[in-house]
Amino acid sequence: MDVILEGFSKAFQLLASLDREVLGIALLSLKVSGLATLFSLVIGLSVGTLVALTSFPGKKILVSVVNTGMGLPPVVVGLFVSIMLWRNGPLGYLELLYTPTAIVIAQTVIATPIVMGVTIGAMQNLPANLRLQILALGATRVQMVWMLIKEARLPLMAGVMAGFGGVISEVGASIMVGGNVRGYTRVLTTATVMETGRGNFDMAIALSVILLLFCFAVNYILTYIQQRERPR
Amino acid sequence: MTRIFRMLPLFVALFLFSAVASVSTSWAAEQKNLILATTTSTQDSGLLDVLIPIFEKQTGYFVKTISVGSGQAMKMGEKGEADVLLVHSPDAEKKFMADGFGVNRKLVMHNDFIVLGPANDTAKIRGTKTAADALKAIAKANALWLSRGDNSGTHAKEKGLFKAAGINPEGQKWFQQTGLGMGETLNVAAEKKGYLLADRGTYLALNKKAHLGLEIMVQGEPKLLNIYHVIEVNPAKWPKVNNAGAKAFADFMVSKKTQEIISTFGKKEFGSPLFFPDAGKKPESLGL
Amino acid sequence: MTQQQHLLDLKELRVDRGGVTVLDIPSFSLCQNEFISLIGPNGAGKSTLLLSLLGLMKHETGTVTYRGAAVASPAQWLDLRRRTAMVLQDPLLFDSTVFDNVASGLKLRGVGRTEIKSRVATYLERFNLAHMAQRSARKLSGGEARRVSLARAFAVDPEVIFFDEPFANLDPPTRQALTEDMDRIIRDRGIAAILVTHDQSEALRMSQRIVVMNAGRIVQQGTPAAVMNHPVNEFVANFVGMETILEGEVANNRHQQLTVRVAGGEIDTVGDDAPGTQVYCCIRPENVTVTVGHPENKSSARNHFEGRIVEIAAMGPFLKLRLDCGFPLTAYVTRESFTELALYEGKEIHASFKATSVHLLPRRAV
Repeated sequence: MDVILEGFSKAFQLLASLDREVLGIALLSLKVSGLATLFSLVIGLSVGTLVALTSFPGKKILVSVVNTGMGLPPVVVGLFVSIMLWRNGPLGYLELLYTPTAIVIAQTVIATPIVMGVTIGAMQNLPANLRLQILALGATRVQMVWMLIKEARLPLMAGVMAGFGGVISEVGASIMVGGNVRGYTRVLTTATVMETGRGNFDMAIALSVILLLFCFAVNYILTYIQQRERPR
Repeated sequence: MTRIFRMLPLFVALFLFSAVASVSTSWAAEQKNLILATTTSTQDSGLLDVLIPIFEKQTGYFVKTISVGSGQAMKMGEKGEADVLLVHSPDAEKKFMADGFGVNRKLVMHNDFIVLGPANDTAKIRGTKTAADALKAIAKANALWLSRGDNSGTHAKEKGLFKAAGINPEGQKWFQQTGLGMGETLNVAAEKKGYLLADRGTYLALNKKAHLGLEIMVQGEPKLLNIYHVIEVNPAKWPKVNNAGAKAFADFMVSKKTQEIISTFGKKEFGSPLFFPDAGKKPESLGL
Repeated sequence: MTQQQHLLDLKELRVDRGGVTVLDIPSFSLCQNEFISLIGPNGAGKSTLLLSLLGLMKHETGTVTYRGAAVASPAQWLDLRRRTAMVLQDPLLFDSTVFDNVASGLKLRGVGRTEIKSRVATYLERFNLAHMAQRSARKLSGGEARRVSLARAFAVDPEVIFFDEPFANLDPPTRQALTEDMDRIIRDRGIAAILVTHDQSEALRMSQRIVVMNAGRIVQQGTPAAVMNHPVNEFVANFVGMETILEGEVANNRHQQLTVRVAGGEIDTVGDDAPGTQVYCCIRPENVTVTVGHPENKSSARNHFEGRIVEIAAMGPFLKLRLDCGFPLTAYVTRESFTELALYEGKEIHASFKATSVHLLPRRAV
């Protein structure tokens, strides 16, 4: 089909000429998903570490809940965040629906369980005696936690990458809470859906290529991380 | 790798900065936000991409265009989640007004619906005078019909046409619902070589770019007119709606200047305009 | 135990797990410059004791004092841990360079950069790691990783150092070299040390005191000679390598020259026990001499038996022989004499050992 060929050639023209609209959408995607990943890192890492390093009744149930949350369908998150953010919903007074902030919130909800689950797993996978060794080396509690996080940094980074990869390629929540408003909440995925609907295949392909590049970069880093081992 | 980790604090700082920046812009724009719930056809044709920036520049409002089906747009209006609607589902609109959800319904423009089909026209409906006859022929030939099935204005119109033809297509083998917007449904019909009802604007815009291989089978019947109204959501029902903005947008849509832009939109690209301005006219004058 | 100044004291330690007492130590202490070896079977509580001394083990009761001052608050425990170091069985290195690993304890203590550099350099040098300072800890061999973990522990200049089987699973030459390095530094610096080990020769060579543990209790402690040659009970005797342990009864006592009747023979030994006393006779295998034919007058051994080889097993440089001399007896012979004597299973031999090589343990009569 020449539509595809033509689409690709135009797509690369758009990319090569750094088309303003395409660039803006890509940057917004990076910003929104990056922020969501960052917030999920802060929440997921701190709560995950706390859960991994302490024992309390109901811990197993909590870990199961977190692991289930790792596969939260974005549209479900989108729906619930929408309901919360509706003007006449519980958080309506914040007037956040159809803003980039709303997408950040929804994507944070999607990515947080991923980061948290990976954090718990990574922390529990560290050698059992490592905590004792660190304390015996003269570490305070805080220093110990920090060193454990540093030791688990590779799987943690893998978790962060997985979270980022998940939210940047997610469309359901973004379109529901963001509304795909031009130049404001239009991200790579929602723009791709819309441009395909409009028949602007060149634009859609250009956006897809960027999305693919992001996903490739994420997976490249993931693979790189997974091929490293812990020291003896 | 370690170098990346050393740079991490920098990234974090950057992200936080941009976070604060984006949050603060959304706060600043808060008073001026206007949520326009509209149909996919106005968005997919590209008309709003032309009109909205002008409106924003003139008034200082920031318009969040949420493009959904007419049905969902009116649902948003009913719940006070939108400030102003630009829709094309007259029967539903009348009910919406009667129930008191909207005020100041104004006629903006029209284009028309067309029945499209594959070039080989398996159901032999080319040139049929009325849509009702065409639908009867399609049903008889068991020819594939694609419906949007999304409660949009187009879907509502299609349902009315089937009703007029005395056909209940639900559950028929030849009747498939895509659940997608106009542009996407056109793409599906092109791929599957099916018949469908589409608005002329989206068809022209899309056919120019994608060459669908679908041809116009039925057109010109008054029943096939596709009429757009702008409706302000009733602030008495929902005090939180931005009625000042809604009023401004409605006024903008029927202003002389905007009507002029509508009358020329797409002329250059497609040879004929995609919409016809109707501000100030009575619906009856359109032959309804 | 010499009357030295106590460094670390432990009193009334009790650790319960799942309602069972796994460790019960009424009192334990470590003196200045002392080297203690903790030996005992798996699950004896050696590691638990070590961790308890650093406050790293949840315990029911127990107090630790360091240089006479009680260690109770978290700050005091932290202070104690910062004056000590611990090397565990696994090197447990951090995922960074060799240099960073060795520096980690100093960094935690907030030592300045230049000071860290010079201290780390010293210990990299001592453990022959200087050439791999910038290598990733991930790329080290097992022996190298142990050296890094030792250097990391010594770099903090500890007053006390704890080793929990630091050389397990290492090949003998590496083990030997590391033990010597470690021993030298401990002596040079006057560091007190506690070593948990399975290896008796290691314990014998380095320690001033050996503490034998079993089932959460200290069974015996004393100088290596005292523990090795005078085990207080059958368990210790077995554990420290008394291969031959015979049940017997003192037949007569003439001026501390004892004759003990065991099943299948009589053994001469020395002691104060009165006739009729129920005892164990413990004989270390290396003290038993095996000859073919009657040994000539060269032997001063008072005990002399004819017997037969039942089983031959390799034991490193030695061969371990199970003999039947009317009673079971175990002896070590070198490979050299094994060949010279042309030994085989079933061969008739003579076994002899000195009266002083027999260690008597009291036995409760059944």
